[in-house]
Amino acid sequence: MGLGTRELMAKRAAEEISNGNIVNLGIGIPTLVSDFIRSDIHVFLHSENGFLGIGPKPATSKEDKNLINAGGFPCTTVKGASYFDSAESFAIIRSGKLDITILGALEVDEKGNLANWIVPGKRVPGMGGGMDLAEKAKKVVVVTTHTNKNGSPKIKKICSLPLTAQTCVGLIITELAVIEVTEEGLILKEIFGGTTVDEVISRTEASLIVSKNLRVINYE
Amino acid sequence: MVIENTFGKIKRVDEAMAYIKDKTILMFGGFGGVGTSPLLIDEIIKKDVKELTLIGNDSGFPKVGIGRVICNGQAKKMITTHIGSNPVAGELMTEGKMEIEFSPQGTLAERIRAGGTGLGGVLINVGLGTIIEEGKEIIQVDDKPYLLEKPLRAEVGIVYAKVADTFGNLIYDKTARNFNPLVAKASDVTIVHAEEIVPLGELNPEEIITPGVYVDIIVTGKGGEWKWVWEQEN
Repeated sequence: MGLGTRELMAKRAAEEISNGNIVNLGIGIPTLVSDFIRSDIHVFLHSENGFLGIGPKPATSKEDKNLINAGGFPCTTVKGASYFDSAESFAIIRSGKLDITILGALEVDEKGNLANWIVPGKRVPGMGGGMDLAEKAKKVVVVTTHTNKNGSPKIKKICSLPLTAQTCVGLIITELAVIEVTEEGLILKEIFGGTTVDEVISRTEASLIVSKNLRVINYE
Repeated sequence: MVIENTFGKIKRVDEAMAYIKDKTILMFGGFGGVGTSPLLIDEIIKKDVKELTLIGNDSGFPKVGIGRVICNGQAKKMITTHIGSNPVAGELMTEGKMEIEFSPQGTLAERIRAGGTGLGGVLINVGLGTIIEEGKEIIQVDDKPYLLEKPLRAEVGIVYAKVADTFGNLIYDKTARNFNPLVAKASDVTIVHAEEIVPLGELNPEEIITPGVYVDIIVTGKGGEWKWVWEQEN
């Protein structure tokens, strides 16, 4: 059975995670990434609400009301997990101990600016821990649909929405493509099988530099 | 087991509630309602105090945690990081009935920690170049810019602990810890709802998370337990 679009993006994002990494996964598609982390590497998943070492979802009726992830849902812990308070949780983030965070986006732009916390006057949920994560994780991977519900590009020349953090994004993964943010600009490095470079370019507002070694992703 | 109330900190819930009045600045522990005292939330709703200023991580869910107080129209202002899980909080903000001040989560934690540790503020470079820096002083330290984030304290803090001894030494349960140890330190009157109260000496000093010196009032008891979101879905 083939993977759905969300799972394909999550699987590609999981390739960014290496052995020993301390990882924070945002809500939505980023949460799915944990299902695709290679079983032969050891990583610790960090949860903003105060623990390191998120394990799998518990079986129904095995939930512990005092053990939730940052999305508010029951979880378990892995061996070696630790609990701490919220100041400690963000000390881990701010002090540079977080190797990678995988986040959603409303907009991302050519400079790697990220907007993902507010649509003024429309949707104002707040930033939660998003600003800390985007500003301070060693690597910020954005997983997002290539366009919004109206078909407008989310990868822009310049973000129009209020920013979460400046020049923070390192890699953008969409259902169409994988794009790296560099000082030279956005490099189109990979496309998913079933799309074309032309389609990706036409659905992106930002300028893209097509990699000479373009990879076409075809997961089994 | 006889528990001696040596320090007079163990009180009835109604005695504790005397400190929570109209316009009280109230700080609460909890993240998505986990680590927020169901008993004290229930009592705040029963007492129906108005115009509270709430300080805490998030606005809970409509039927969970501090969200119940917000949906009951008891807050005039909230300093928080996230209100997305409680649509009523968003509506009250849009209608101008509740003022919301957003802080990034790590910044909120440090502001409360600063308030609880006698500091005049903290220098943080999260939020630079965003609307969070508006109105804040930018201070250069060794040529790097930081926002001056001011400390937060409250008149009353409500804390949820797993176990308290009679001095108020506390241990917490898993992710129900979150903001609770910070709130305990940053409040003029710290009210702890402990699931269990034990005699002095029962807690291992190596395992105590919050020293009892920060705790003024300890209550225990059942009441107000909500259904969690994952239970509501079933």
